[in-house]
Amino acid sequence: MEFVGENLLPGQIGHFMIVLSLMSALFASVSFYMGFKAADASSRPTWMKLARIGFAVQSISVLVSFYILYHIINNHLFEYKYVWQHSSKALPMEYLLSCFWEGQEGSFLLWSFWHAVLGWFIIARSGKWEGPVMSVISFAQFALATMVLGVYFFGQKVGSSPFVLLRNEMDAPIFSTPNYLEFVTDGNGLNALLQNYWMVIHPPVLFLGFASTIVPFAYAVGGLLTKDHKGWTAPALPWASFSAAALGLGIMMGAAWAYESLTFGGYWAWDPVENASLVPWLILISGLHTNLIYKSSGYSLRATYLFYILTFLLILYSTFLTRSGVLGDTSVHSFTGSGMNVQLLLFIFAFLIPAGFMFARQYKQIPSIQKEENLYSREFWMFIGSLVFFFSSLVIIGKTSLPVFNKIFGTSIAPPQDVEYSHNQIQVWVAIIVGLLTAVTQYLKYKDTPKKTFYSKLLWPTAISLAIGLCISYFVGVAYDKKGPGFWLALHIAITAAVYAIVANAGYIWSGMKGKLKLAGASVAHIGFGMVLLGILISASNKVTLSYNTTGISPLQMKDASDVNNNPQENLTLIKGVATDMGKYMVTYTKDTLSPRDQKRYFEIDFQHKQTKENFKLYPDVIENNKGGEGLTPNPDAKHYWNKDIFIYLTFLSDPTAKQKDTTQFAKKMVVIGDTSFYSNGMWTVNQIEVNPPDEKFAAYKGDTLLAADISVIAKDGRIYKARPAFRLKNNTLDIITDTVMSQSLVFTINKPGDMEKREVEIGLKESNAILDFVTLKAYEFPAINVLWLGIVVTVIGFIMSMFQRRKAAKRYNE
Amino acid sequence: MKKMHIFLLVGVAVAIAVMISFTTDLTTYDTIASAKQKEGTYVHLIAKLDKAQPIEYNPLTNPNYCSFTVVDSLGSVTKVISNKPKPADLEMSERVVLKGRMKEDGFHCDDILLKCPSKYKDEQAKGLRHPGSKQEG
Repeated sequence: MEFVGENLLPGQIGHFMIVLSLMSALFASVSFYMGFKAADASSRPTWMKLARIGFAVQSISVLVSFYILYHIINNHLFEYKYVWQHSSKALPMEYLLSCFWEGQEGSFLLWSFWHAVLGWFIIARSGKWEGPVMSVISFAQFALATMVLGVYFFGQKVGSSPFVLLRNEMDAPIFSTPNYLEFVTDGNGLNALLQNYWMVIHPPVLFLGFASTIVPFAYAVGGLLTKDHKGWTAPALPWASFSAAALGLGIMMGAAWAYESLTFGGYWAWDPVENASLVPWLILISGLHTNLIYKSSGYSLRATYLFYILTFLLILYSTFLTRSGVLGDTSVHSFTGSGMNVQLLLFIFAFLIPAGFMFARQYKQIPSIQKEENLYSREFWMFIGSLVFFFSSLVIIGKTSLPVFNKIFGTSIAPPQDVEYSHNQIQVWVAIIVGLLTAVTQYLKYKDTPKKTFYSKLLWPTAISLAIGLCISYFVGVAYDKKGPGFWLALHIAITAAVYAIVANAGYIWSGMKGKLKLAGASVAHIGFGMVLLGILISASNKVTLSYNTTGISPLQMKDASDVNNNPQENLTLIKGVATDMGKYMVTYTKDTLSPRDQKRYFEIDFQHKQTKENFKLYPDVIENNKGGEGLTPNPDAKHYWNKDIFIYLTFLSDPTAKQKDTTQFAKKMVVIGDTSFYSNGMWTVNQIEVNPPDEKFAAYKGDTLLAADISVIAKDGRIYKARPAFRLKNNTLDIITDTVMSQSLVFTINKPGDMEKREVEIGLKESNAILDFVTLKAYEFPAINVLWLGIVVTVIGFIMSMFQRRKAAKRYNE
Repeated sequence: MKKMHIFLLVGVAVAIAVMISFTTDLTTYDTIASAKQKEGTYVHLIAKLDKAQPIEYNPLTNPNYCSFTVVDSLGSVTKVISNKPKPADLEMSERVVLKGRMKEDGFHCDDILLKCPSKYKDEQAKGLRHPGSKQEG
């Protein structure tokens, strides 16, 4: 059948480019290998030339397929399944980029794109290491190309292509008509949670981090391949710094995204997806430090091999965890499997087996020093720090791998009740040790340190840190005491340890390096890391729920509320226009508007501080009609202060259509003033009728003739409410001003005066749930969160500084 | 024995101790019947919403009380009491994982994880219907 209106050429080019990149990657990998391993040494330069051509073809084909995927998304070619599945016409330009990496295929392409970019830097700069390093990277490019191949081999599907056509993938009667495209007018759209500016930038940076971890790995494998165990360590160092910066930044951008658009009330939840990318970073940091130790003292080369190799393998493992669907019920991210599990496992083993085998075989030949490290040497304590990081990451990944354990052994073990605490109670000790080591170790010299100068130099930083730490403990404190005094105390100690890391490293720039900032990359990174720790500790231990339900309209229905959850009553319902008491603030839900640009409904929540009268507005929003569901997806909003954030998000909304559906009529009733009438939940009385009462409520109608009823409502539970419906006469038109008793769902009107002799008046009464516009929300106060964000920036700057510093050193070393 | 080896051993020992203590914190995935047998124990309950029964949630009276009924694959039924707002997609979920404890008056739950129908079914039902074809279900 001939289909009308399809644009098949881009897809055909795309398919071709993927196949080409697969072939050329394999060719480049083999050629780079021959370029340093060919038996006939004279043929090696030729191999290298061929290899570069192969890698050039590979890079170009990746770039072209990258561009084509963007092209079909940008032009809304919905005949392609990827476009239809991940994008829609209404999306603003920048989110079309997010569509690109929403799916597995696009993100694999992104990963491959970064490999290609990094590859050319290596070709340009790595000299004799080009062959081995590029051979590994080209092989990774080959493996990634198989992921987006989408071809059947012997009935087994290999990879999943982003260029498949919708009509070939879906089984629907619509595809039996040639002009089906006329009916596929729009795509499925982008998941609402990803419609956030962080999602435009976080994936590229994270994947740059993922991609860059292969470079230290490739250098280490290169060392094993060439048996030159020494030479690779210097050029690998700047790459490890770069990778630590990119991966760290990528992870924390994800945290920033979670903070701004997810509603678990924080930035880190120890979710498997988060852990899976944190763990390689931790081990990379271990490797970076052992690498430095080796360079300066000759110790711990074996550990450096191990850590760099594990870093990359754990990146592959995290890819498996997040994309195979094995996490299932344990992750809020809930990825669905793509039927590529076998292939994802092979991806790991294709690197694990050769690297592991070579490492094990050559382990004995890798030089190591038998003599014990001096206790007063930098290398000793740096190595301890690396070990602590390493063990900490093993524990994290062990806990995270529970679903894998279930899969392998067929068990059905579930995570602990409080997953976050299960990690926190361990990692707080890691933070303490690492904080202390980060502070102290800088003051030690390699090999040996004179004890006297060591202690005297360390004296002031220690004293100052203790003072600051105690001040924070005393004035800011640790509000989090739910888990007992042990954890509470550990948090206090950890805060001081983090301060110590900051102060001691700042002091070291001054005293140890005489203020030479150029060489201070490591110290700057350590200061940043200390700030990250401090920000995490203070914000997490002093996070306060503001929205405790204090409205009073909520008689507790639960017998033992505390039993259901340890943190009950955290949600507060705000009725439109009614100021509600929320801790330090009076909050009012004033209005909501639908933004036509991004299809989000913004709710204006007005905050007024009770004492200071400070006034501000927050705009949490919900995305209506999110992809694949009719439910509402809420997004938080936060008011940023220099020292804290006020953070709110909506947890429930009134049904906006309920009002139109509401068909309840006003029941008219002639009542005598002073007599009592009943409604479903109590009784009400008209106390009196007033003409032009001086109420504030009616101030706007000054000058008109106004007749208001003063009504008392007495609910069954004994609470008394006031209602003041009115009507006014202006220019001979009658205006009815209703009044609502929100908590009783009552609406009153005063229709007309009756027989005044009998003191009669006609009142309209409506009982309906739909009358109310309300939102239910949660509000938190996060102190010191800016210390965390600033700390990340400082850390990354530190890594970049030390990257340049190490690159210079490596150059000198090569010459 | 070198100092470093001692540290290494301590590290391994601590890591093992941590993992062992972790195993004591672990919970289980349960059916309603098995959760009832260990009343009061923290479990993960896998079930689905009983759509025939009403969902009780009135944010105006109490935004922190939501109650509904679930039925599991073996046909057992239990009431669920949660002190969180009703999840927006609860009615559309095809499976729920509830974290909490079984009590006499029902399952007291403090976290609800929803599994919504996969996008594809939805897409076929909604987006890709031929204009002339009949609506399913």
